[in-house]
Amino acid sequence: MVAHKTSRKNISNLHVPEPLNRPGATPDFSDLHMPDLVSDKTHTLPRPIPLVDAFETEQLASGLVRVLTLDGRAKGPWDPKLDADTLRLGLRNMMLTRSVDKRMFIIQRQGKASFYMKSLGEEAIAVASAMALKDTDMVFPSYRQQGLLLTRGYPLRDLMCQVLSNSGDKLEGKAIPICYSSREKAFYSIGASLGTQMSHAVGWAMACAYKGTDGVSCAFTGEGATAEGDFHYALTFSSTYRAPAIINIVNNQWAISSFQGIAAGESKTFAYRGLGFGLASLRIDGNDFLAVYAAIKWAAERARTGGGATVIEHFTYRKEGHSTSDDPSKYRAKDEPNAWPLGDPVDRLKRHLVLMGEWDDERHEALEKELDTYVLKIYKEAESFGTLTTQTGINPATMFEKVYEDMPEHLRRQRQELGI
Amino acid sequence: MPDQVSQKPKMKQMNMIQAINSALDVKMSQDPDVLVFGEDVGYFGGVFRCTAGLQEKHGLHRCFDAPISEGGIVGTAVGMGAFGLRPVVEIQFADYIYPAFDQICSEAARLRYRSNGDFTAPITIRSPMGGGIHGGTSHSQSPEALFTHIAGIKTVIPSNPYDAKGLLIKAIEDNDPVVFFEPKRLYNGPFSGDPHSPAKNWGGHELGLVPEGHYTIDFEKARIHRAGNDLTILCYGTMVWVAEAAVEATGVDAEIIDLRSLSPLDLDAIVKSVTKTGRCLILHEATRTSGFGAELIAEVQQHCFYALEKPIVRVTGWDTPYPHALEWEYFPGLERCSVAINRIMED
Repeated sequence: MVAHKTSRKNISNLHVPEPLNRPGATPDFSDLHMPDLVSDKTHTLPRPIPLVDAFETEQLASGLVRVLTLDGRAKGPWDPKLDADTLRLGLRNMMLTRSVDKRMFIIQRQGKASFYMKSLGEEAIAVASAMALKDTDMVFPSYRQQGLLLTRGYPLRDLMCQVLSNSGDKLEGKAIPICYSSREKAFYSIGASLGTQMSHAVGWAMACAYKGTDGVSCAFTGEGATAEGDFHYALTFSSTYRAPAIINIVNNQWAISSFQGIAAGESKTFAYRGLGFGLASLRIDGNDFLAVYAAIKWAAERARTGGGATVIEHFTYRKEGHSTSDDPSKYRAKDEPNAWPLGDPVDRLKRHLVLMGEWDDERHEALEKELDTYVLKIYKEAESFGTLTTQTGINPATMFEKVYEDMPEHLRRQRQELGI
Repeated sequence: MPDQVSQKPKMKQMNMIQAINSALDVKMSQDPDVLVFGEDVGYFGGVFRCTAGLQEKHGLHRCFDAPISEGGIVGTAVGMGAFGLRPVVEIQFADYIYPAFDQICSEAARLRYRSNGDFTAPITIRSPMGGGIHGGTSHSQSPEALFTHIAGIKTVIPSNPYDAKGLLIKAIEDNDPVVFFEPKRLYNGPFSGDPHSPAKNWGGHELGLVPEGHYTIDFEKARIHRAGNDLTILCYGTMVWVAEAAVEATGVDAEIIDLRSLSPLDLDAIVKSVTKTGRCLILHEATRTSGFGAELIAEVQQHCFYALEKPIVRVTGWDTPYPHALEWEYFPGLERCSVAINRIMED
């Protein structure tokens, strides 16, 4: 238990946790159960066979599974030993995600979209997950895994039109920006109620088992929403019915302005919660592309071979604000994002490829430029379908559609009342 | 009376529990994607016995017990529905549906809309509702109006075994989420609203004669429970039978409309009847303020204003929690309904 210094007084016995790094502080991460980053101790955590007894994953739930060292080497039993082409594809997918985020942030600031959420610093989690899963494994994302869609080849223009809520939006402007849906890409419709998708993923996994398919569902929640009942429902049901699900907790340290300790309380780690339900549990370096890939592969194999669900805590850092409506300088130390001791996922995979002799700065810069140009080109196409602030081009009659399969009489009357 | 019965069905006398059980059995036999789960529904067959025998007949994987987690039950059902299954889940008492409220309102009801039809939740949520069984605050509630307020779900309440089976099969086959409330006081027989009169059962009752096989009843169609010319009584569930007893007691030539489905609502049947009678009484067991009666009053006054000879009256539960000892003072029973009928019929 650490008593944190805070500028706000507390004259009662009620414990209200505070983070170390409020504005003005020098970033300090000593309270985060951080591994010894200098020695390679954390790279020696064992990789048991996927069908291991869940309780034998205890040290994996309290430690931190890592593959990439900070200087770019791949080390330890969790190294998935991917070939250079696969690694370059992973790098490309992460950089594409980053480039799309950058562009969408700009257009929101230009007033062309109402809202956007970047995934800066967390790209490895979505991209490596998508690459480790089968394309048919249904993913149940939270709102910061756009990398899943991009990795699975979802048309970028469709994604951008969804953010613009224009006539090219496959969802016809029904959902707020970033609440994508694509059954075709096995990407479940994003709501905006936090955590609710977790039990859907378990229901989906139960259905896979019921129908005898080898499908796996893969759900994502932020660490903040692990406090929701839905998270516990998901763990309970996946434990009871041994559902072939992967339950990912993206611990990016911040839930809007609330530091992870508000949801964690005195818990050791978020992954550790899975053990109480008898689920295999891993805490991994979420900025380490190889660790994410290896962990998802392991969990998917466990699920596919009848071992049930795995809880994976991806230990990472949200480098940007929660959304375009947020200003993190109001509640956390300014330098915190750059001081994050586990580095940046793109830089780390790049360094690894360079060290392998399979990549260099020149190619990296060229790729960056190529992706930015491509993203801008596609954006221009997307914008030609309209923007929220100019003209959406969406037929108002569609507002009354898809509420039900068939339009009931009262909605027909209301549509007439609107004069369409 | 039968709406969509296949020709010459084999009929059997059933109470409402047996009719519901039969609906589940018929669908489970027809469609391997139908599965049933909820608290105590598996081996034991449900606290009201609605799922009795289903696990034994169809297997452990088709009808099973769930953790005491209403939010988890509905949440996993939504996921199964999105996959393509047709789960039918039981919430043991409507009073315990609130932990699942978010999953019903924010997820099941919204999934089709927000994904523009990409994902849907064809699930049925069954739950016993209403009082009259000494259930007190926690086993008697009628929360239907909370659900009729939500776009994207349907809310259905049968009043007899025949309707219960046809409506439940319809609900299971419906591609939208349906909240299916079962008035538990009617499980074993109709109820006059007078707790001192001897309990009746469904034996020998016309509406207890139920086809053994498959049939459906459309939600969009209200049922004229009793045709009449001088007063329209709008009601559903238990109150249909209280209305019948009150009409008998007062001797008024009233038309009793059993709404069967509150959402969608058969507005045409309501308007037609009130236009004919010029008087309208609305009955529900649920609390009054913002109850479904308020919606009915708004629709009736808008569509039948010039036909009305008297103000529309509603008789409902009081705006209190459902009391245990004073259940019959709370319940809008035979006496209160009769007084209201007599008053609305005064010139």
